[in-house]
Amino acid sequence: MSTLLEVDDLRVTFPTRTGRIEAVRGVSFSLGRERLGIVGESGSGKSQTGRAIMGLTPPQAEVTARKLAFDGIDLLAASPRDRRALRGKRIAMILQDPKYSLDPVMSIGRQIVETLRTHEKVGQAEARDRALAMLEAVQIRDPARVFDLHPHEVSGGMGQRAMIAMMLIAGPEMMIADEPTSALDVTVQLDVLGILDRLVSERGMGLIFISHDLRLVSSFCDRVIVMYAGKVVEQLKASELGRAQHPYTRGLLNCMPKIGADRHPLPVLDRKPEWAA
Amino acid sequence: MTAALSVDRLEVVFDRFRALKGVSLEVQSGESFGLVGESGSGKSTLLRAIAGLAPAASGSITVNGKKLGARRDKAFYREVQMVFQDPYGSLHPRQTVDRLLQEPLAIHGFGDGEKRIQRALDEVGLGTGFRFRYSHQLSGGQRQRVAIARALILEPSILLLDEPTSALDASVQAEVLNLLEEIRRRRKLTFLMVSHDLAIITHMCQRLMVMQNGEAVEHLTAGDLIERRVSKDYTRNLLRASEGFVRA
Repeated sequence: MSTLLEVDDLRVTFPTRTGRIEAVRGVSFSLGRERLGIVGESGSGKSQTGRAIMGLTPPQAEVTARKLAFDGIDLLAASPRDRRALRGKRIAMILQDPKYSLDPVMSIGRQIVETLRTHEKVGQAEARDRALAMLEAVQIRDPARVFDLHPHEVSGGMGQRAMIAMMLIAGPEMMIADEPTSALDVTVQLDVLGILDRLVSERGMGLIFISHDLRLVSSFCDRVIVMYAGKVVEQLKASELGRAQHPYTRGLLNCMPKIGADRHPLPVLDRKPEWAA
Repeated sequence: MTAALSVDRLEVVFDRFRALKGVSLEVQSGESFGLVGESGSGKSTLLRAIAGLAPAASGSITVNGKKLGARRDKAFYREVQMVFQDPYGSLHPRQTVDRLLQEPLAIHGFGDGEKRIQRALDEVGLGTGFRFRYSHQLSGGQRQRVAIARALILEPSILLLDEPTSALDASVQAEVLNLLEEIRRRRKLTFLMVSHDLAIITHMCQRLMVMQNGEAVEHLTAGDLIERRVSKDYTRNLLRASEGFVRA
């Protein structure tokens, strides 16, 4: 398996009035053409890890790493221009809520076409055809109608499908999905995950799936990284989640209510300071 | 046993959209009752209609044997209080916790504010150290505890809970659910709880109602759900979805 992405000792630091805050503190992993889940609670640094790879860290923050390379390209040494060319073309990102991540004053079709024409030299008519085909691939039943709709006119599930279509149209090799289904209803969640799953495996892409939901991630991904306080506390195969060693991972698995498990009160996490050390 | 809360053929209409289409339910005193459904199913609207935040077009709502009119009086809010979904939106950003908790006491003319505020904060597991903080100085779980303290400070008998933990991390969710259960046991409260998560509802409630498009699809007990004795496809779909992603 070829390595797509190598991350070694990634750190993201934010200067604040009360001192420097390290949101990500030495994260290392590598990604091939596989599905990797990053799980953690709010503030664990999972989203900042994804954003640093994408190059979307806020300008005041400082990103350092011994190595941050995508397909051999050193991302930290690359010029902003080179990174822009990568972003959207070879590395794509799906955000949590289509209500906020789609442009509200542009029709869905135009947004998809814009992405395509930014990265490839194609004519207007061909771009439109490819956008329609892509909308069909994400199982939108009436692509021609949805093409002309604005984001506020579609449901959350439809918006997220449009977002996936937009991200996949340039044929990226790696995709970062940051909580792609958290804003959706449970049943719609499964549809969207199904589409994502099919497209990722058909195209042989590498996927980083960022989520707070350990169980969802383990049912979807091949490998899972568990983060706590900016660090990786455990890496394991999704199928071996039941054999997790770290008390934080086990605590996270345990504290969810389950249908049929009569546990009152629910076990809670007993956070140890040494986990963050 | 008497019904603490009963809703009879309730309709809620926004302009021409019927958000609730004749929904009926009865919650016994001391019971915990769940409402499940997807967004747009009308579960939150039902809760808001009971609290007087959504207009009822027809039908009736009865609380502790008293039929409610179009306007809610003060006595109603001493009996029924609500906890909202988003702890980031439901607390006043420029008021301290102390000020937030004093508001309901002032409205209802309670004298011993000092003692009540201390007791309410203790009850939700926040020490008095949190009393003079602003909500932006608190975490999501701490904010939701303040919202619960604010609901409890008037000693209501019925608590309306609108997705009280869906904005929280899983570990914090467990803490807040445990807190709610403990308070219900200690104060013999009646809960009406909305959630999209079947696992949370079976954990917290004895009976539940599944809703879709403003209508009641099915009435179930928690036991029915555990043993999968459900008759409607919609409920079956929700159950399947709650088990997570399965590769086709």
